[in-house]
Amino acid sequence: MKDHSELSAIFNADEQRVNWHDETLWWIRQKRDKAVKTLPEWELLRENASQIKQHTLSNLSAYLEQFEAKALANGVKVHWAANAAEHNEIVLSILKRNGINRMVKSKSMLTEECHLNTFLENNGIEVIDSDLGERIVQLAKEPPSHIVLPCIHKKKEEIGELFHEHLGTPVGEADPQVLTEAARQDLRNVFLTRRAALTGVNFAVAETGEMVICTNEGNADMGAHLADVHIASMGIEKLVPQRRHLGVFLRLLARSATGQPITTYSSHLRTPRSGQQMHIILVDNGRSQQLGRESFRNSLKCIRCGACMNTCPVYRKSGGHSYQYTISGPIGSILAPNLDMKKHADLPFASTLCGSCTNVCPVKIDIHNQLYQWRQELVSAGYVDAKKKWGMKAMSFLFAHPSLFSWAGKVGRRLMTAAPYLFNNKLNPWYNQREMPSAAKQSFREWYKQRAKNES
Amino acid sequence: MKVNMVTSRERILKAVKANQPNFVSFADINIPQSTEDLPNKFALALRNVGGNFVELDHLQEVENYINENFKQGGRVLSSIPELLKFNGLDVIDTDPHSLANVELAVLRADIAVAENGACWLPEVNTLQRVLPFIAQHLILLVSIKAFVPTMHQAYEIIGRDAYGYGVFIAGPSKTADIEQSLVLGAHGPRSMTVCLVNEWAT
Amino acid sequence: MTVGLFVPCYVDQFYPKAAIATLELLEKLGVKVCFPERQTCCGQPMANSGFAHLTQACDELFTKSFADFDYIVCPSGSCALHLKDHLHSSKHPEKAKQIQLKIYELVEFLVDVLKVQDLEARFPYKVGLHQSCHGLRGLKLAQMSELVAPAFSKPLQLLSMVEELEMVTLSRKDECCGFGGTFCVAEEAVSVKMGKDRVADHIANGATYITGVDLSCLMHMEGILKRQGSEVQIIHIAEILNAS
Repeated sequence: MKDHSELSAIFNADEQRVNWHDETLWWIRQKRDKAVKTLPEWELLRENASQIKQHTLSNLSAYLEQFEAKALANGVKVHWAANAAEHNEIVLSILKRNGINRMVKSKSMLTEECHLNTFLENNGIEVIDSDLGERIVQLAKEPPSHIVLPCIHKKKEEIGELFHEHLGTPVGEADPQVLTEAARQDLRNVFLTRRAALTGVNFAVAETGEMVICTNEGNADMGAHLADVHIASMGIEKLVPQRRHLGVFLRLLARSATGQPITTYSSHLRTPRSGQQMHIILVDNGRSQQLGRESFRNSLKCIRCGACMNTCPVYRKSGGHSYQYTISGPIGSILAPNLDMKKHADLPFASTLCGSCTNVCPVKIDIHNQLYQWRQELVSAGYVDAKKKWGMKAMSFLFAHPSLFSWAGKVGRRLMTAAPYLFNNKLNPWYNQREMPSAAKQSFREWYKQRAKNES
Repeated sequence: MKVNMVTSRERILKAVKANQPNFVSFADINIPQSTEDLPNKFALALRNVGGNFVELDHLQEVENYINENFKQGGRVLSSIPELLKFNGLDVIDTDPHSLANVELAVLRADIAVAENGACWLPEVNTLQRVLPFIAQHLILLVSIKAFVPTMHQAYEIIGRDAYGYGVFIAGPSKTADIEQSLVLGAHGPRSMTVCLVNEWAT
Repeated sequence: MTVGLFVPCYVDQFYPKAAIATLELLEKLGVKVCFPERQTCCGQPMANSGFAHLTQACDELFTKSFADFDYIVCPSGSCALHLKDHLHSSKHPEKAKQIQLKIYELVEFLVDVLKVQDLEARFPYKVGLHQSCHGLRGLKLAQMSELVAPAFSKPLQLLSMVEELEMVTLSRKDECCGFGGTFCVAEEAVSVKMGKDRVADHIANGATYITGVDLSCLMHMEGILKRQGSEVQIIHIAEILNAS
């Protein structure tokens, strides 16, 4: 399996495309900046949101029970899934019980995390993603490359080709307006004919048992309000204590995500509509374990706005797919190793620790510090290659012995001057696209000694 | 694989309880907000998210506004009793699929949020939950009393209201999924107009 | 007041001019400076690679070398930040803690401790400031573009005291250059692309020099500039503040 570094190198083979990807996401970061700078209370809101989430996590078991009791009283069926497999089985069993083999689904990163679509398709259920970006990557048979902008890696011409093949748009048609209209017509028919709709959940309120779903397209509502059966999948960390706390989070979410002051639709669903079944699946899938990791638990505050991806220069210049996890970018790199340290050991290293992610995070997750901490844990657990380990050991030995260090420095610098080919070659990844720094004739410590001598 | 829901519930709750950090409380924030000029601020915010804002003096003018601005002959449904011509109260109990051909929905919004152009519609204002989404165009009528500065004040008004469903709507349905090009009318209404009715005792 | 000068390992070996400028600048400002000879490295290269557990000997050596000074000054934001955040000594835990409180990156020492109001320096060139991330977001040497907070910049405050120096405005004022320690070789493709883009921003806005508080970032950008055959040079901020 290729790691983040290798996949990034492939992504970087087409520099123009990297520039395009980088600039598109940077533009969203700028829109975010513009939006948040209209609110003098922005930093206060972030702090408050962070504290509300901290409190919620500290009382999560009670809030989960409260939420369940309220939801049941509201006429909602509540299911609990310890892992992805259980989640998928629950969805399948609900569909089977109702004799349904076609479902429409709005955006849910949790179902991506659980690989629900593949599971259902293997069980004879057709799933159609209704968020435009999700639909596009579904047609392209790819995972989303960004949690908010699933097909941000795709050019309109490529989308035009997909739509020509699947939706019958004219060859070469790449106008976003025309393509969106084609998807609208196609998906409207889907909404009108599917008896089951699955949605994600952005927030759930313990006090009332209601859930809040945010979209710009209105696709979650189109699905849920037309279907006989509505299934909502939510991670157990999505809770907030009370309805009024939604005010804080809805002010933060869209501004952080896209620079909009709020998403077009913020739907609050408390009870099923008359004659409808409403199911909520509460999914753990590693979350309770992350809650127990002191250094990483506050990653569970994440509200999936994607701001850390848009601001991350590594993400912008390596593309979401190079992370090989449903949630790419900085936040994904602290969530993924929780699920599989070995498989995702490369991700915490796919960062310069620049800290921009931490600064844009609307719930103040200290993302870059957690990346640093994951590195320590991954090394301790033995998930880095032996070569690196020995290099580090040699380096720490060198730095622990000052006279050896100055000797090695002197020898090294002389070698660089006398035998530059030892450094300037293909085996040195620094030299591949960068010149080596020139070796100084005299190190600072040599100069300092000499000055002292001259002065005495 | 056998799914035992009772066991999973207990397992999850037990793990959460064991792993959650020590209890911490938090202080609510109270951010003072200006209540000046809210309709204008609202109008600006709404236009920025692709919505239209108009001011009418009386409810009677709504019908004219519709005739002048929307295509004739389309199906129009309204939840506002005074708009007799568009009375849609009889669709409350019908199959929501029967609303697929609605051209325009004219609904009342209870709250209009100045900071973001969002309007709050509890379920009773919608006739059917799907109506504000399935209609090709949407008009929301608000009274002058509906305006609040931010979401915090909106939730103070919503309070503990026992709606089954409620939605904030800010502008027409939209997407920018294709190369970040903004397109209005993704799945829901292609246009959204908020109409402030100045002399409306609601 | 005696200041212990900490010169990061690679600065000692590759960029002695920056260390000399730091020393001379501090002395010019009337500070007694001492360079403890047994210093080597702050331990950051190991720690950022996940090997913080291998830095003990390095940490002990640092603590021993620097415990007795009133202040420790270092011409590198990232090394200063690393020590501030992670220095730990099991032999002398208190001394290590004290060091964490009295270690300063050069610019913050000049602004916050010495409260420098004017400098006798002249640098008649167009200069772009690279905001190294650890200095910026770690030590908060300037306001960060992500936050809704009042603007300030300690490096610019000092650079504004330099005669005939002209600052250029960048299109992305505080984006990372992609050095990132071992990241620069482990993630070579992205690292270089980030560096190329940073350098291009400076060049497009007319800089003839790129300066900053961290030579690690500057070294990376220098490698790219030289490969491109560019005339644009890198220079540590101490060298500008000490230039006449």
